[in-house]
Amino acid sequence: MAIQDPPRQAETAKKRQAERESFFKDEALEILSQAREGWEDSVEKAFEKRPPWKSDFTTVSSMDVPHLVTADQVADLDPVQDIGVPGEFPYTRGIHPSGYRGRSWTMRQFAGFGTAADSNRRFKYLLEHGQTGLSVAFHLPTLYGYDSDHEMSKGEVGKCGVAIDTLADMEVLFADIPLGEVTTSMTINSTAPILLAMYLAVAERQGVDIRSQVSGTLQNDILKEYIAQKEYIFPPRPSMRLITDQFAFASEHVPRWNTISISGYHIREAGSTALQELAFTLRDGVEYVQYGIEAGLEVDEFAPRLSFFFNSHNDFFEEIAKFRAARKIWATVMRERFGAKSPRSWMCRFHTQTAGCSLTAQQPYNNVVRTTVQALAAVLGGTQSLHTNALDETLALPTEENARIALRTQQILAHESGVINTIDPLGGSYFVEEMTRRMVDGAFDYFRQIDELGGMVEAIEAGFPQREIMDAAFRFQRAFESGEKKMVGVNDFVLEDEEPVETLYISDDLADQQIAFLNRTKDERDAAAVERTLDALRRGASKEENTMPLILDCVREYCSVGEISDALRDVYGTYEEPAVF
Amino acid sequence: MVGRRILIAKPGLDGHDRGAKIVARALRDAGFEVIYSGLRQTPEQVAAAAVQEDVQAVGLSILSGAHNALLPEITKLLADQGADDILVFAGGIIPDQDIESLKQAGIDAVFLPGTHTQDIVAYLNERLG
Repeated sequence: MAIQDPPRQAETAKKRQAERESFFKDEALEILSQAREGWEDSVEKAFEKRPPWKSDFTTVSSMDVPHLVTADQVADLDPVQDIGVPGEFPYTRGIHPSGYRGRSWTMRQFAGFGTAADSNRRFKYLLEHGQTGLSVAFHLPTLYGYDSDHEMSKGEVGKCGVAIDTLADMEVLFADIPLGEVTTSMTINSTAPILLAMYLAVAERQGVDIRSQVSGTLQNDILKEYIAQKEYIFPPRPSMRLITDQFAFASEHVPRWNTISISGYHIREAGSTALQELAFTLRDGVEYVQYGIEAGLEVDEFAPRLSFFFNSHNDFFEEIAKFRAARKIWATVMRERFGAKSPRSWMCRFHTQTAGCSLTAQQPYNNVVRTTVQALAAVLGGTQSLHTNALDETLALPTEENARIALRTQQILAHESGVINTIDPLGGSYFVEEMTRRMVDGAFDYFRQIDELGGMVEAIEAGFPQREIMDAAFRFQRAFESGEKKMVGVNDFVLEDEEPVETLYISDDLADQQIAFLNRTKDERDAAAVERTLDALRRGASKEENTMPLILDCVREYCSVGEISDALRDVYGTYEEPAVF
Repeated sequence: MVGRRILIAKPGLDGHDRGAKIVARALRDAGFEVIYSGLRQTPEQVAAAAVQEDVQAVGLSILSGAHNALLPEITKLLADQGADDILVFAGGIIPDQDIESLKQAGIDAVFLPGTHTQDIVAYLNERLG
């Protein structure tokens, strides 16, 4: 494996340490540190007269925040090796030399509900209003590998996303949307290879050249499913194999496709701190790279297609520090731990979504303000693409109007606020650099703990990240209930009588419609071909054969998500987590 | 206080267990004996567990939108098994317009986002006596 051995690593680190530079002259720092002592005295005196107006000055994650950071405290940061310039290792200030002047972030609103036809209309609406990429939300049965007529799908059809059973639904979903021109992100994990296969089959039928024209992203991050979101089907190890199959297939046949979006979003929503989100997500990334290398892939062939997905929560500077730290950590790990040589392997490219869990059902219009602050943090943190939540997202899937306001929020940031004009405007802020450093150090501490457990798969099997997150969630809940952490409109500044806002209501009748369409599709397909391709998949999955081409054969014959998942369940079995709290 | 058993269950397909687990912990801390079902339970599984574990109350957490299909099914199954003395309450993302019909179907209370766990504790103390 291409991991640097520890003595060589230590030697490199020592050499770098010896060559470190500082921004500051020693004499100036001496004077500054005296001035700092003076400031500390003044603060103490001020607090004697009037104590601080509250006891808690930590971040939303309960991370300590220094009252003031002065230059002497960050003087050991190397101007080049730690901070540098955009587009150069370690990318703390951004991965693109041109920042947002070369290209603004992609405005990619996550959408999907009801039938494929309903969602196709919403996609076109968003594209007409200036959205620049698609992002598909699938309903829960598709995520779990059940068809709409399955017992477990009762009440779920079309509720949390769009119902996709077969290629026939996928054809309707992307009708009149040219897949050679638009890039599409699909939030799909356990059943990701099936949905990727369907997407490619639709593109083929549109006459698009897959190799040169199809581009998009699969979420495909199964590790965070076990950690946080819990939409797993198979046990961890066969799940990892399905993913490395896709790495290998895509790097050969769909080179512009991002095969994985390693996600902290759900980890954060499950209640983690910002640091845990950062650390667990990047350590998941390390695990995928490790497995890819062990599967015989060349690191620089697949690593450039790995992308990330973070949450942006309320605490403005903590989030910005997290994004900056993510780039620095990833670059360091890829170069030093895996010996990746291509700068494209070093770059942490990420999508961001504002924090759903920060929104309140109470006084929901306040959510527009929260989302704006969070979106601004993502942009100042240098995100490549962004989803802004709609104000009604704690109540239901967004109405058309609320989805539009969410998109407009991004457009106002991009076109009116002026923040895109300069790159990493907070770089060099003593405070932001110090917070970035704390994030980097804290994440590497977690890396060490997980390495000691044997890796992320082993840590998950031992319940380590799950427990850390649950404890953090419980701590936050207690801080919220004691009033130590305020949520405006919920535990303070409450309105007694609130007017309800109008929400999108998805009728239960939709399931009948969807099931009828599924039955019609099944009647019209070639039953023998269905059997044949599913058998071939079962055989291939139990051997070393790459499953992707076999799944493509299945979807082209209109095998359903449920049928293909069942074929894989036959081979791999299913996973249940122990019910602990 | 002793011997009060509660089942916290997650019917439906959504994996959002943050709320369920927080409520389970808070109830445990408040002195209840808490059984947590784990994810993706069918109405049959929830009702069977409630009867088997001889609980006084069942708390159902659901954020997927399938509440209308699944929650009344659970109260019906409990009644079928002569267990309609078990108090059933729910929490999660449930539109206002659905709450009345859920209550008519035997869901005693519905807790929405922003609820304090202490309010749930107080509610159970009152209802279970």
